[in-house]
This record gives sequence, structure tokens and C-alpha cells, in this order.
Amino acid sequence: MTAERSTDDRPAGGTLVKRHRLSTRLWHWTNVVTVATLFTSGLGIFNAHPRLYWGHFGANADTPWLELSRFPGWITLPGSYSLAMSRHWHLTFALIFAFAILFYMLWSLVNRHVSRDLAFRREELSPGHIWADIKDHARLRFPTGAAALRYNILQKASYVGVIFVLIPGLILSGLTMSPGMNAAWPWLVDLFGGRQSARSIHFILAFATVGFFLVHILMVVLAGPFNEIRSMVTGWYRLPKERGQ
Amino acid sequence: MTAMTRRSLLTGIAATAGGLLTGCDQLARNESFREALFSADNVHRWTQRALTDRNALAREFRPDQISPYFRPNGVRNPGTPEYAAMSADNFAAWRLQVTGLVNRPLSLSLPQIQALPHREQITRHDCVEGWSAIGKWRGVPLRTILDGADLKTNARYLVFRCADTNGGARPYYESIDLVDAFHPQTILAFALNDRPLFVANGAPLRLRVERHLGYKHAKFLTGIEAVASLENIHGGNGGYWEDVAGYQWYAGI
Repeated sequence: MTAERSTDDRPAGGTLVKRHRLSTRLWHWTNVVTVATLFTSGLGIFNAHPRLYWGHFGANADTPWLELSRFPGWITLPGSYSLAMSRHWHLTFALIFAFAILFYMLWSLVNRHVSRDLAFRREELSPGHIWADIKDHARLRFPTGAAALRYNILQKASYVGVIFVLIPGLILSGLTMSPGMNAAWPWLVDLFGGRQSARSIHFILAFATVGFFLVHILMVVLAGPFNEIRSMVTGWYRLPKERGQ
Repeated sequence: MTAMTRRSLLTGIAATAGGLLTGCDQLARNESFREALFSADNVHRWTQRALTDRNALAREFRPDQISPYFRPNGVRNPGTPEYAAMSADNFAAWRLQVTGLVNRPLSLSLPQIQALPHREQITRHDCVEGWSAIGKWRGVPLRTILDGADLKTNARYLVFRCADTNGGARPYYESIDLVDAFHPQTILAFALNDRPLFVANGAPLRLRVERHLGYKHAKFLTGIEAVASLENIHGGNGGYWEDVAGYQWYAGI
């Protein structure tokens, strides 16, 4: 989203505004590729031992908290079971994913994307405001006109949650799978309470990402997919017309 | 947007996703793409080695944290007549040959190895498949053996030869570089949980290279060869699984 304007030159509904910066657009489409690759190859890796445990250890003789049958080939990468290939895909795209979020976070602090667009404002945090936003979402009443220039509180909360909690959690729990990293950074193992706990949390966060993706796609479809996708490709977004116009 | 176009958009997304996955499999067969994909483990190794302590120790656990049952994996018995005869005789005829780029080739019996100073470590074994087991290992630091054999200056890797030959066609082997070879927790283990190694766990001697996944920990050791390059050894990728299935040579990830 662009810089704030004074009230008198706030653009009206129907005008084209520059909504997403280049860094946001690049990062967004990088994630489309990396997240899809990581999720599907991750399921391929999971298939090698489709059981999850809590704690430091866990193998066939131990009690899992979750035991699944293998994920089917249409959702795994590669389509036919190959732990080695799934790992090659996963570990290559993990590098891109991790360094992309690192640079995006740093750049978003520098260009003030975080402080301008993502940081919660005091008035947004009042229970009344949050409740009103929940009701608006439930009724599918999306902001119009200049109000659509800003992320609403639920949007902010989900983006902040994804950028600062979900993705770092995925990366750190993923790193905890690495015996080399465990030796170098033992605090990683302590952070998650053991390598098998980290593997469980990695799995849970992966599905939380899918949950975010589904809601995200639903919102894009409901808010007008052409306008939304154009804004994420070109940066230009047509502000929705005020209701009643 | 009408329900019809919405539905077709969703169908389109699903079809694209399915098509992309098939496309990925085709892409992975492209030689240069495959090479790029396979080179990521080098990037991980460089990054890990550049950003972290090369001699960092793997965590050692308390005795009460040991797994109730240590799962053996891979080949549980080499099954050759030679190995069966040695095993029946408590490995009296077994020798560990230390050869290649060394100034003093060695041929060590099990009692000779067991007479060397020991190290005990309760560590977590992480299989590439995802499971982990904690066990207590006793063995001789590899450094002690290497100091005895006196590596030549052009030695870069150690290749571990094993008694499981998979019918002779594709013997199990593994290799590590000298950073891991001289790491204090890299030991040649002859006991697990205070008992001599079971055959399934790699009797009479196996490698423990604690900062790597399980397939690096070669079992049923018969020899260690110091080499300058892994290129001309079997498939050239530095290990059985690396050759056969394309596992990463650097298994610290």
C-alpha cells in the first residue's frame, strides 16, 4: 500500500492506486513457487515415516501422537515415492524460502512497510474495533473507497502472524531436523523441546500454512480476483466503489 | 463474479496445481536442473560450515533419556558365509584394515581396538526417514586410529568399507571428510547401551559420526581407506545410498 494521504486528496472508489510494492510482489510470487514445492515435497518426506512423536526421540517401537497412512502421489513431489528426490526438492527450495523471507523482513523494515502497513494501531486493537471487523468479514462486507487502501485488523493480524510467527517457526523447526544444525545451535532443539517435537511442530505449521492459503484464496475470490491478482502482479489496484454508488 | 466463473477459476487452479506437479517430475529429469537441485546440499554444507562452529558437539543425553528400544535399520545381517563364520567365532578372525593415503597401513583386531582409550557418548541417532533413537555408544575416537596410521597430506576423505556387500554387486560403503573424521565425537563403536554391538546394529564395529543422518554411520566395518577423491569409488558419489538413490553426500541436513 502506498503512503498515507491527507483526507482531502484521499482517492475515491473506482480510482486505480498503487497498492503493492515491487518487493512485496516479488516475494509473494516467490512464495507461490516455494511453498507449493515445500509442501508437496514435505509430504513426500513425511511418507518415509508417517508417524509423529513428542520429545527428543521416537521410532517404530515408541508411541506416536499421530499416525497416518502415506499421502497419495497426486499431492506429493515427486509423484512416486522417492525420499531422496523429495529431500532434494525440499532442501533446495527451503534455501530460497528462508533467504527470501529474511530479505523481505529486513527490506520491509527499511522501506517502512512494516511500520506503515502492518503495525497495529492503538485504535485498531480495541475489542469493539476487532469485533466490528470480524462481523464485517462474516457478512463479507469488504472495505470500499479510501478505506480499502489500508489492511484491516484481521488482515494485518494474519499477515503479521504469517511473516513473523508461522514462517520463522517453519524455518526454525525445519532447521531442527538437521543434525548438523542441532550440534551447532543446541538452543534450536530446546526451543521446540526435542527433535521429534520439532518435526511434529513443523508438520502442524505446514498445515497451518495450507489453512492460511485456503482462506487467502477464498478472500481473493470474494474480493474480486481480477483486481486482486492484477494488484499483486502490476501493483495497481482499483479501489472498490463506495456502497450505494 | 458469477458462480460459474468462480467455479471455473477454482477448477483452473486445481488443474494447474496438478499439472505443475507432473511438470516438476519432468523438470527433475532434465540434467542441468537436476544438477542444480542436487548441488543444494553443498550450499547447506558451506553455509553450515561458514556460520557455525566446525567442531560443535552433538548433544549428549542423560542415561534416563535413552530410547527403550534402539531401532536397527538398513541391512540387519550381511548374510555372507565369511561374515557368518566370523560372527560365530566372536569376530576373532575379523580385522579392520586402514589403507590408502596413509604412511602406516594398519590391520587391527577387535581386542587391539578395544584396548585403545574409549569414549562413551549418549547421542541421538536421526534416520533420514525422520525417526530418532537415543543410545549409548562406546568406541575408539577415529582420530586415535588416524593418528596411528598417519594420514598423508593429500588425503581428503575417508572411505568406510563394510561387510554387507549386497550380494557382491553393490557393497555398502560411506565416506566423510576430514572435518568430521577428526571431530571428537566421531568414534568407531563396538558397544551399544553397555553391550557388545548386536549384528543388527553393525557388529563388530560401526562408525558413529554424530552430526550426520543415520546412513552415514556405516555398520559392519572392515576397512578405512584414506583417499584424495571420491570420484573413482563405486558410483563416485561417496556412499551406497548416494549412488543408489541419490541421497545427499552431506548428511548434516
